[in-house]
Amino acid sequence: METLTEPAVIDQMTPIPFKVQSVREELSHTFTLELEPPNGDFSFQPGQFTMLYAFGIGEVPISISSSATRETTLLQTIRRTGAVTHALGTLKSGDYVGIRGPYGRPWPMKEAKGRDLLIIGGGIGLAPLRPAIYHALENRADYERVVVLYGTRTPDDILFETELRRWGDRTDITTLITVDAADRGWYGAVGVVTRLIGRVGFDPLNTTAMVCGPEIMMTVTAERLMEGYAVAPENIYVTMERNMKCGIGVCGHCQFGSKFICTDGAVFSYKEVGHLFDIKGV
Amino acid sequence: MDIDTLMTTLGEQSFFAGLRPEHMVVLASTAEEVEYGGGVEIFEEGGHADAAYLILEGAVALELHVSHRAHHIVQTLHEGEVLGWGWLFPPHRWSFSARTLEPTKVVRFDAVQLRAAWDSDCELGYEMMKRFAEVMTSRLKATRLQLVDFYGNTH
Repeated sequence: METLTEPAVIDQMTPIPFKVQSVREELSHTFTLELEPPNGDFSFQPGQFTMLYAFGIGEVPISISSSATRETTLLQTIRRTGAVTHALGTLKSGDYVGIRGPYGRPWPMKEAKGRDLLIIGGGIGLAPLRPAIYHALENRADYERVVVLYGTRTPDDILFETELRRWGDRTDITTLITVDAADRGWYGAVGVVTRLIGRVGFDPLNTTAMVCGPEIMMTVTAERLMEGYAVAPENIYVTMERNMKCGIGVCGHCQFGSKFICTDGAVFSYKEVGHLFDIKGV
Repeated sequence: MDIDTLMTTLGEQSFFAGLRPEHMVVLASTAEEVEYGGGVEIFEEGGHADAAYLILEGAVALELHVSHRAHHIVQTLHEGEVLGWGWLFPPHRWSFSARTLEPTKVVRFDAVQLRAAWDSDCELGYEMMKRFAEVMTSRLKATRLQLVDFYGNTH
């Protein structure tokens, strides 16, 4: 009789309890969980995500926002948008959450070696990019220019502001922030994040761009990079989000055209998925 | 600053790239370089628009006066960007105020002389209108994106 192979899948579907070490409120609706793996053992690559389980409520896919090498704990930055994320937002130090993963294709840090890195985030989209920024800074000699451009709604909505300011003071990384709206208390840039691109130096033919934010932000940014600066679509990477359920390419909930976000992505080159942005409803 | 130095300065700006030398002479003859400290109002919303500007160094906030005390920053402009087109069309009024965010150096073009030069040389006028139209289109697109929830519902 043939032996079923489901146990491997079942293992991947079983969350592992991680202890909440701390909860940090980042913005009014955004918080970061610091999670302690059971044996201090958890490895991932920048750009990967986990399925985070609020016991008895449900699971959500959340990008990892910590360094892949520096800490023994895992940081996950979450916005309260639904029942699960609200439940996760009520957790306190000492509580437990379930973790499956890490899953997904990471940012192309290895492929980008020797190239300029143009990292462009919008809103909470900075969270999945932060491990890539950490990686670039921890392996600074591997890359040419490193540029971080960040856009958000108002000065009160700047995620990881202290860290962005710290990067802004460094000479080995260029960091610019812009907001959509501000009053006279704000001395930075006002305007969409794409307007920052023209203010920084990079070699379009030797640049890898990593972009994360809402789809409209990623589309407009990718088009600006391609049309305005001739950055090739295969060198522009975006990270996609759909309604993920299993995280391992079984259920099909996160299908995006012919791709599954969870296993083929969540990081894609714009060459792979750019045409899908033009199709309504995909 | 003499006209040759101004021509060199303008020639380094992408906004003027590819213009014929004789047109650069005409433009430079209407221009002067001006420096402002930080927090200085270059022009005021509703005021007479008597000049065009190109930012050489620094940053300028375009502000809309929304109430008795509040000023809303609509957009900031930076090195290499043109500032203001209220001077182009009657009634030649500024739609926004422009305030420097830091010490800022600009080239200021006299609006009356500039309009006269464009009217008398249609080739120059058409070329410059195309360039201004491109800037306007780009800023309009950016403003439209600011109106949608550009950084909203993600991750």
